[in-house]
Amino acid sequence: MLSIRNLSVSIGGKPIIKKLSLEVREGEVHAIMGPNGSGKSTLASVIAGRDRFDVDEGEIEYMGQNLFKMPAEMRAREGIFLGFQYPVEIPGVSMANFMRTAINEKRKYLGLDPLSGAEFLKLMEEKKKIVDIQSKLTKRSVNEGFSGGEKKKNEIFQMALLEPRLAILDETDSGLDIDALKVVANGVNKLRRKDNATVVITHYQRLLDYIIPDFVHVLFDGKIIKSGGKELAYELEEKGYEWVKKEAASNQ
Amino acid sequence: MADKNDKLLKEVGSSDYKYGFYTDIEMDQAPRGLTEDTIRFISAKKNEPEFMLEFRLRAFRHWKTLKEPEWAHVEYPPIDYQDLIYYSAPRKKPKYESLDEVDPELLETFEKLGIPLEEQKMLAGVAVDAVMDSVSVGSTFKETLAEHGIIFCSFSEALQKHPDLIKKYMGTVIPYTDNFFSALNSAVFSDGSFVYIPRGVRCPLELSTYFRINAANTGQFERTLIVAEEGSYVSYMEGCTAPIRDENQLHAAIVEIIAHKDAEVKYSTVQNWWPGDKQGKGGVYNFVSKRGICEGENSRISWTQVETGSAITWKYPSLILKGDNSSGEFYSVAVTNNRQQADTGTKMIHLGKNTRSTIISKGISGGESNNSYRGLVKTSKNAVNSRNFSQCDSLLLGDMCGAHTFPYLDVGNKSSIVEHEATTSKISEDQLFYCLQRGIDMEGAIGLIVNGYAKEVLSKLPMEFAVEAQKLLSISLEGSVG
Amino acid sequence: MKERLIELYNREKDVIRGSSSPLVNRLRQHAFTRFRDKGFPGTNLESWRFTDLTPLLNTEFEINLANRFGNIDTEKLFTCDVYDLDTFSITILNGWFVHKYAPLSKLSDGTIIGSLAKAMEVYPELLDQYIGRAAKPDNYEMAALNTAFFQDGLFIYVPEGVKVNKPIQLINIVDSPNPVFLQPRHILIAGKGSEITLVHCDHSLTHNVSFTNTVMEVFAEEDARVDHYKIQNKGRNSALVTTTFIRQEKNSKVTTNIVTLNGGFTRNTIDNEISDKGCVSDHYGLYLVDSNQHVDNQINIDHASPGSLSNQLYKGILDDKAKAVFSGKVLVRRHSQQTEAHQNNNNILLTDDAKVNTQPHLEIYADDVKCSHGATVGQLDPEAMFYIRSRGLCERSARQLMMIAFASEVVDKIEIEALRKRIHSMVEKRLKGELSICDQCVLHCNSKEPTTFNIDLSKL
Repeated sequence: MLSIRNLSVSIGGKPIIKKLSLEVREGEVHAIMGPNGSGKSTLASVIAGRDRFDVDEGEIEYMGQNLFKMPAEMRAREGIFLGFQYPVEIPGVSMANFMRTAINEKRKYLGLDPLSGAEFLKLMEEKKKIVDIQSKLTKRSVNEGFSGGEKKKNEIFQMALLEPRLAILDETDSGLDIDALKVVANGVNKLRRKDNATVVITHYQRLLDYIIPDFVHVLFDGKIIKSGGKELAYELEEKGYEWVKKEAASNQ
Repeated sequence: MADKNDKLLKEVGSSDYKYGFYTDIEMDQAPRGLTEDTIRFISAKKNEPEFMLEFRLRAFRHWKTLKEPEWAHVEYPPIDYQDLIYYSAPRKKPKYESLDEVDPELLETFEKLGIPLEEQKMLAGVAVDAVMDSVSVGSTFKETLAEHGIIFCSFSEALQKHPDLIKKYMGTVIPYTDNFFSALNSAVFSDGSFVYIPRGVRCPLELSTYFRINAANTGQFERTLIVAEEGSYVSYMEGCTAPIRDENQLHAAIVEIIAHKDAEVKYSTVQNWWPGDKQGKGGVYNFVSKRGICEGENSRISWTQVETGSAITWKYPSLILKGDNSSGEFYSVAVTNNRQQADTGTKMIHLGKNTRSTIISKGISGGESNNSYRGLVKTSKNAVNSRNFSQCDSLLLGDMCGAHTFPYLDVGNKSSIVEHEATTSKISEDQLFYCLQRGIDMEGAIGLIVNGYAKEVLSKLPMEFAVEAQKLLSISLEGSVG
Repeated sequence: MKERLIELYNREKDVIRGSSSPLVNRLRQHAFTRFRDKGFPGTNLESWRFTDLTPLLNTEFEINLANRFGNIDTEKLFTCDVYDLDTFSITILNGWFVHKYAPLSKLSDGTIIGSLAKAMEVYPELLDQYIGRAAKPDNYEMAALNTAFFQDGLFIYVPEGVKVNKPIQLINIVDSPNPVFLQPRHILIAGKGSEITLVHCDHSLTHNVSFTNTVMEVFAEEDARVDHYKIQNKGRNSALVTTTFIRQEKNSKVTTNIVTLNGGFTRNTIDNEISDKGCVSDHYGLYLVDSNQHVDNQINIDHASPGSLSNQLYKGILDDKAKAVFSGKVLVRRHSQQTEAHQNNNNILLTDDAKVNTQPHLEIYADDVKCSHGATVGQLDPEAMFYIRSRGLCERSARQLMMIAFASEVVDKIEIEALRKRIHSMVEKRLKGELSICDQCVLHCNSKEPTTFNIDLSKL
């Protein structure tokens, strides 16, 4: 579904991702772990199409298409969803209006008729249950005045509405208490299907107790220095990142 | 056929007015230029009472002593006032036989705004051959108003039927000596509207739908007068979301509002005069004087405006808060794109005790446009305990436009509190990317964010216009980010 | 007055010119023509709408075109009594540089400090590189007048890399039995990477009538840092018009801080041109005025280059029939992206006869900017007042506390500790009505007629 080959990315001449490769297939859940500043969020942004980064080399193929040839909104309409680490506030724009616009833009792109107001409301009610989101939140402006937990739930709620094929969740667990974490994880699990894939970016193993990954990758200094199964996450939790760094260093 | 359509047009516009916009008298065009004879000609053609002619002449004589103001942050080639035609017969024949003849770009805009087909024809000046709902709306509308003793008619009609009211109130809020354009308007105004709400009456209708239809034929020098007697209420809506193309380049209207004790007047405008092409050629110059006076205690007037049109806008809907405890509000969204220039804002003059005013202004500039907020808040020595809060924000789209904020605060007593806040920023890249990531394209994202930004003001508009105004904002900004 | 000045210029051209360079004299002639054509600024000009000079110009002012002082013992004239304030002190008396030893000193590190008249004689090439480069007589009428007539003032040149270790203290004294019209000119050149602090005190020793029209040009070259403090404590019959032109080069930092404690008529204009990136430009001001005093602060910041930061904070308390005008203008030019500019003016009125006109203006032509402005006129926050009183303070003390806190925001920006403490205590005295004119900021003058100024807190 997604294949990243030999990707190097920099910002203002400063290299952030260095020759990274990653393969994600349908139905899989990948966890990318790593300490702060290792390039995790940059990787997520580059896949979603943020243009502030310079792609120096490599390629990303998504569903057989060159991702770099698609602007951000096309990627979204083709099913890439980014759950933001820091969802931005958009004052005055109601959640309902925002999501209806997004869904109808996608439907238009796919050659479908737009949802009517009633249809959209029905859909929204349905999806609210998945993340246990309160009705009043959808009437408020996008993320404005939302608590940290509400913002993260709201991301999953949007994911439920947009039904992506590839969801990238950037530190969706940060700042969540255990109850909110369960709600978010539960939402993600409910949305799992055979034909979609999820990339979970986190630096705690905690989330992975609830979202069981098929693969765990350790990202350090812009490179994946170790990959393994879900046990790797426990190992990291126990021993920290140091041993992986050392192992990587000795391998070179 | 053409005649029949013509009649229909007239009815739609003026319903059963005897001396409305579209009288049956065959009228010639006034000769080019402006002299006392022109004014006598206009007054005679309109069969005006003597006092009106005298008023016009006094205004004209004063106007001749004035110079065109230069202080606004706008630039335009000099206007030759002797090269204009100050009076011409209302358009008799539809310009086009069918919509196919109309500029497709204009039609596209109509489509985007969701304007019904029949109305599109009206607005574009196409012969109308279907019975429009608006006619019936128009007449039931009149009946309802009459039941409440509300007068709502053209200025010309009011001059014939209610000369005393006109004489009593006209020019009391904006005297012809006020400024260059008010003097000009007072001398040559063509027509306009008159609204009178009797004591204790709450106008049951938004005075709006009607004007939506009529707006296409509004004159070059309009004059509106709204009088709200003690304890009355009215919400008045003027303007049109459809881009109005007009061969008259200069528009200098006057709006006067008088609110007596405990009365409330809400005045909303959506203004979308033709801004000219992308190079700014051919657009309308909109130099308007609007002012209201809260004459009585506890009276309240609010101005809400959504300005997206005109090549040049020069407009400061103002309020004189004379009655104790009176309050005034000014809510404005001004959008400029391409080569548009807008210098707009308000004046809040606090004279009475415990007077309150609120100013919320949202300027949005794109393209190579310039958008200025200019506002005065003044509290006199006697306006004790008065309060003002102003929030004037500017949003810049693109790096070739300008956004300016020129507030003037004059405070003359110790117990008043006057606060002004303003920010200028560009549209946030994070917000844009968030929208893009959800599959919304750039223009859609800008439309959403800008509408959100302006929501505080849009929410003050009457419901049906708020929806149109939202669409209008998005459309106005197309191509603003270069 | 205008006619007299024109006549005087034409008659005494040679005296005025003195030893000025041909360049300076060309500037004079140009400025004179401008003054001759436009005269004094009138209230018909936007920037003078609320400040009327005309009543001040009716006096038969004396204009002295020759320095009658020469060497005098400046220490006898005054002694600075600010404890711990260690400065290099300079005196201008009635517009002329006065000195105990030499009119112009060159320090071992190359720094030149002294009389402008002398500097024009000794360093004409150096002066020609700077003088008139920052001033804009075409835009500022009073600067044009000064440019036509100036003869003396303070000259400071700080060479590249030199960090002047002591603040320079300029004491501007007006002491004349007859009404005098003075036009000193000051030039401050801070070379690349240099640092200098100037404490600029304006005083009158008596309540005699005077009119001072000062122009100062400040050049902050690359990486230079200039701190400019102005303490204005003048008699009620004095008129003070100051116009400061600041030109900033790359990465320079300029701070001004004007504290106006007293003055009959005060008009301060700052014109700051930011001509390269990385500059920081901070302007603070505090005015505490009463009786019929008039204070007008005009700040024009021109972001002519991208990537700089400017900040304005002016605060004032007005009593009696005092009047204050604030006009801040920030211009961000088309290509000046990544500009950050903030502007704030807060006022407290104590009576219904006091008046404030405030105009914080933004003119912005670039989109990637962060600009904000705010202005308030009002009273002390009743919530805060209540809070303080609920802790057992009487209303009067609560007011004093709040007012002092209000003023402190500006005073706290003063970086010289001794001066900051001094100003704090003066502001406190001023607000408690205990500040008299002989209790001046940095002088100890033994005036025979001490006058107390009183901002009456009970009126709040």
